[in-house]
Amino acid sequence: MAFKLHGIKLPERKTTEGMPSVKMPAPETVTIPTAMHIGTPVKPVVKVGDEVFVGTLIAEDNEKLSAPVYSSVSGKVSKLTEITISNGNVVQAIVIASDGEMTPDANIKKPEINSKEDLINAIKNSGMVGLGGAGFPTYAKFNTNKPIDTLIINGAECEPYITSDTTTMVERADDIKVAIEAITKYCGVKEVILGIEKGSAEAQKKMEELASAIPNMKVKVLTKLYPQGGEKVLVYHTTGKVIGNGMLPIDVGCVVINCSTMANIGKYILTGMPLVERCITVDGASVKEPKIVVAPIGTALKDVFDFCGGFKEEPFSVLYGGPMMGIAVPDLSVPVLKQTNAILALTKKETSVPKETSCIRCGACVTNCPFGISAPAIMKGYKNKDIDAMVKAGAEICMECGCCSFNCPANRPLVQTNKLAKALIREEKMKEANK
Amino acid sequence: MENKLHISVSPHIHSKNSTQRIMLDVLISLLPATIAGVVIFGLNALLVIAVCVAVCVLGEFVFNKITKKPLTISDLSAAVTGLLLALNLPANVPLWQAGVGSLFAIIIVKCIFGGIGRNVVNPAITGRVFMLVAFASMTKAAFPLDSTAGATPLAEIANGNEVILTDLLLGNIGGSIGETCKVALLIGGVYLLVRRVITWHIPVAFIGTTFIFTLAVHEFDFMLALSLVLSGGLLLGAFFMATDYVTSPTTPLGKIVFGVGAGLITVLIREWGIYPEGVSFAILIMNILNPYIDMLTARKLFGGAKK
Repeated sequence: MAFKLHGIKLPERKTTEGMPSVKMPAPETVTIPTAMHIGTPVKPVVKVGDEVFVGTLIAEDNEKLSAPVYSSVSGKVSKLTEITISNGNVVQAIVIASDGEMTPDANIKKPEINSKEDLINAIKNSGMVGLGGAGFPTYAKFNTNKPIDTLIINGAECEPYITSDTTTMVERADDIKVAIEAITKYCGVKEVILGIEKGSAEAQKKMEELASAIPNMKVKVLTKLYPQGGEKVLVYHTTGKVIGNGMLPIDVGCVVINCSTMANIGKYILTGMPLVERCITVDGASVKEPKIVVAPIGTALKDVFDFCGGFKEEPFSVLYGGPMMGIAVPDLSVPVLKQTNAILALTKKETSVPKETSCIRCGACVTNCPFGISAPAIMKGYKNKDIDAMVKAGAEICMECGCCSFNCPANRPLVQTNKLAKALIREEKMKEANK
Repeated sequence: MENKLHISVSPHIHSKNSTQRIMLDVLISLLPATIAGVVIFGLNALLVIAVCVAVCVLGEFVFNKITKKPLTISDLSAAVTGLLLALNLPANVPLWQAGVGSLFAIIIVKCIFGGIGRNVVNPAITGRVFMLVAFASMTKAAFPLDSTAGATPLAEIANGNEVILTDLLLGNIGGSIGETCKVALLIGGVYLLVRRVITWHIPVAFIGTTFIFTLAVHEFDFMLALSLVLSGGLLLGAFFMATDYVTSPTTPLGKIVFGVGAGLITVLIREWGIYPEGVSFAILIMNILNPYIDMLTARKLFGGAKK
């Protein structure tokens, strides 16, 4: 490949690097939202008072793009409620009072897989979504007639603090192997590439061992550069293929799956236990004992932080995910979601609330952007509500990685404005389409 | 505490990069040339520098106060403008003229256009050009305290006289306060490159083009071309003024185009213009062309833009 895409060097701050994951005990209650994926929220299939076990189906929607939701603890459904999720939407949530036993559902059994259709059904039934943070229902990526030439496994954990994917690669190589074998067998995959950043030596070693056991699999070691784990960036750096505006990886014969997603697909194939827990990095200078925790989905963040010894300093902000693309939460009652890979409690010192000043045209935003987007041009277009100018500057291909804002000496809200610009463009296009 | 968590949009961390830090780096990089200027030209040079910096900083402060704009002098850009202008003036310039030039640079060129980041042309360069056409004193170069020379190297060479290379490098020659000591300028330029405040593109393209064009004009007399490149304000202009973010292109290709253009104009003026030096005019002209260079050399989008 002639060119590498641009990016930025970030502070690593991976306090939990190399730690083994620890399973936290069952919390008293879990609050499981019906929207932990891109698509339509699922509908509860349980009512208050129902007895549920670990892995019992509690919400689904078979019609639309979605992913079924399972109970993560054993106990009783105590409440059907509504909660505000991070995008501001209010969705239903199922509150389950745990009996503390964590008894698995007796009906859980290993899925029978003999065809591509079986596999897709199995992935759908596992409740799997993109665990890197996006939350796109995983089965939908395979539900295509287009040939899947290359399966790309995303092990490039490029955000600061986060270590959960790396830990999963170290601890669950066998699960990943099962998933690779099933997908390769039934989806006609010709090549499997695992992309990993230089530096995570143990995970790299494990994955290279795996690659030597699987024909057509290779490990591609990538330079440590944010956002190496961005989908288009990863596809380009592992295969040299360019995913243009409006295209999906499948349009260039690729499917990209996060390594934790792979491990959980593997686990489902082996045991039939759907996605009910997440391996998350709990870090940030406020946290007393940063850990890599395996927590039941729906556990309140407060319970997870308490498991890590609570706070040694009041956090200034608490995030789902990494500091570059993560989402700030309003309070600690919000639950661990399927797509949560980290929860961070940051002190004021480690985060930043910079003061905006005038642009000095240094060009760092455009230079650092992997895709060559002109954030200032989008900003200008957004102020003038000029859709054409925003599209021309590249607003639609922005993946919101935040490289532009990170290095801006004038602290301008560049990626923040790009997000608004993208929403405005979508809105205008909808209006256009409805005319 | 539950309600006190701070909510903001990602990214939640920011690099230490700031406008103030960049401007501080520029000031630091100009320190060697400033000290050299004071050593070579004496107390007068120090007075000129003090007047220019003070007038620029005060001018911006008063302008922002009167127009009720946020105060911006703490970003240090006004101090950079003042220092750069001073380094471009001869040490014997009357102080009131230095003050008028500084006011022109900071108020007319920078503040009226909207302050930092919004000026069309480089304030220090434009201030100098304004003084060059307004005041006769500007055309009479100052000379080192212990010098017996009677003309700047550019004039000497034009008269067919030899100049000594070590004098050119150390700055023991006539000229503006900050332009004569090339060693000091190179140290400052390297500092800016190492700190990644600037990239190599503009200085290399600017100086390289000037050298090659000069070589071609002077029948490939290598030493003469070298002397000419080390004379006048070329190094000061190429490293510290042509690289001004606001008035130069943002892409590597744009920067090269900018540097080549400035080099060509510099030699054209030096060889055939009525002024002995063309660096200021060259940068000024390229400043004006800059938006077009930027437009034509913009980075291509990954995967191309879909209509």
